Amino acid sequence: MASLPSPSPSTSTSSTRPELVCPAGTPAALRSAVDAGADCVYVGFRDETNARNFPGLNFNRKELGEGIAYAHERGAKVLVAINTFPRAGQPEIWHQAVADAAKLKADAAILADIGLIEHAHRTHPELRLHLSVQAAASNPDAIRFYAERFGVRRVVLPRVLTVQEIAALNPRIAPVETEVFVFGGLCVMAEGRCALSSYVTGQSPNMNGVCSPAGEVRYTETSQGITSELGGFTINKFAHDEAAGYPTLCKGRFIAHDKASYLFEEPTSLNTLTMLPDLIKAGVTAFKIEGRQRGRAYVAAVVQAFRAGVDAVMAGKPLPDIDLDRITEGGKQTTGAYEKAWR
Amino acid sequence: MTTTPKLTLGPVLFNWKPEVLRDFYFRMADEADVDSVHVGEVVCSKRTPFFEPFIPEVVERLTAAGKEVVLSSLALIMSDREIAQARDLAQSDGILVEANDISVAAQMNGRPFVAGPLLNIYNEGTLAALAAMGAARACLPAELAAEAVTALATSTPMDIEVQAFGRLPLAISARCYAARARNLSKDGCQYVCADDPDGMAVETLDDVPFLAVNGTQTMSYHTMDLLGDVAGLAARGIGRFRLWPQTFDMVAVAALFRAVLAGTTDAGEAEDRLATLCPGAEFANGYIHGRPGHLFVEAGD
Repeated sequence: MASLPSPSPSTSTSSTRPELVCPAGTPAALRSAVDAGADCVYVGFRDETNARNFPGLNFNRKELGEGIAYAHERGAKVLVAINTFPRAGQPEIWHQAVADAAKLKADAAILADIGLIEHAHRTHPELRLHLSVQAAASNPDAIRFYAERFGVRRVVLPRVLTVQEIAALNPRIAPVETEVFVFGGLCVMAEGRCALSSYVTGQSPNMNGVCSPAGEVRYTETSQGITSELGGFTINKFAHDEAAGYPTLCKGRFIAHDKASYLFEEPTSLNTLTMLPDLIKAGVTAFKIEGRQRGRAYVAAVVQAFRAGVDAVMAGKPLPDIDLDRITEGGKQTTGAYEKAWR
Repeated sequence: MTTTPKLTLGPVLFNWKPEVLRDFYFRMADEADVDSVHVGEVVCSKRTPFFEPFIPEVVERLTAAGKEVVLSSLALIMSDREIAQARDLAQSDGILVEANDISVAAQMNGRPFVAGPLLNIYNEGTLAALAAMGAARACLPAELAAEAVTALATSTPMDIEVQAFGRLPLAISARCYAARARNLSKDGCQYVCADDPDGMAVETLDDVPFLAVNGTQTMSYHTMDLLGDVAGLAARGIGRFRLWPQTFDMVAVAALFRAVLAGTTDAGEAEDRLATLCPGAEFANGYIHGRPGHLFVEAGD
């Protein structure tokens, strides 16, 4: 323990050099992310305290301690996401997760639940707190509340704001930092405020740390092709020559007013590489790459691309032309809510 | 001693024509056996200006009829206009406000407010934090099961409210799906959400009813019906039940819930009458039984 470096009091003293915050679902992915140039890696414990509670993923306490040591030795930080909502009457594993994140000297805990934030602030005042995207703080009054009441230092913005809105928001909440998603899966609903998954499957991001859980997925071959189902509902149908995608329920094809369409969103990934100059100009402190459930190759490729992108912008050079098509969903990309036209 | 549970008429979440909405509230004032009535736009700030001029007379009529009136806030607050609207609402004097975004609760400065169902209240810690901010009662998220609801109700002197009827608010987005379904943008939406006064039905490719779209909000296709569950929940300390308005006869719906809570009508009989009152509706109560929300669990199952 004593050999671990102390967390720095603030992850950023100026907004000129944004941090690249990278996902790690496994200790190996953590090392890959750090080696590929991540400034921060975010991880979760192997239970329902984090919003990526998938089988075979995440960290036990020993692995987290080792991961933090590996990162700190190379000048990188580790953030621990404890961003589900504690179950009524059973907050113990969430409280333990906060205590262990503090004990293992994580550089910050990423929390969503007001009660848990209050608990962390009161019992571990030395632990730096970030507000999870699951808290859905989408305006300066909400963000200032968390900062003033609980000392929250950074907020991960829900994917509802345009770049212009983020630029207007930042000076109004300073010195609170903002972190935005730059690549990966795209939630089209305001995060932390979506119960669609539990409506269909009984399990949800807020309560169980999962959305459209794999255990509820079924693929059926028909004469026309493949039907994908979630919780017994058809989410999409694919012809024989089409690749059958995962049935994330808000990326399915549905019928409204007698017309079948991708009503909520096409199967697509967020990719804001070309927007990095605008996001940096908007005063964003940290860029978050989504995908704790993804493999090392994915993590390394995305981190390298965004490392090169951020470094180019900071050096006043043109953005590198990096094709990430092969790791986006269905080869499709969007800049999502950052551009007003998406709405 | 147990107190008689109260009934709340939730805010109308849909885009009803202002005169229709006014007349709806007038009728509720005059005829509906509910204790509290919520007024205000929760879903889309673009709709707010239309009904605003009618609010004073609606509030007056409801108050005169002995109903407690609650002004509900928007759920997703982003733009300067929405922030200003929320700040104004938090300043409302002499009338209870429901916070559906934490920024509204934060501005109450200890004055009593209702913690709305679109805040994330999943546990005692959050309930206590909201109580410390002035929350006088809390309406819980739809996805909580009876066990959690009971644990929360027993942990606090605050009145706990459970959603008991109507299409459930399940998600909210920056994007408008009513507009998108018609190849329109949110900015140029032409207020097409008004075409679907109970929300736009969304079916799977197999024509199975799935969800309902109310502008930027996604709702359950199924109509929540806790007629068979409210008496048990009341016995476990739930003090208040919320009925979400739809175009059904809400006076009759409220009367059914009241009768079941008073023990004057059997839940099974009330279910049959509800089916008649809500033609075409498919009912669900799965969440309260710890099951997927769209399911209907028969009493005794």
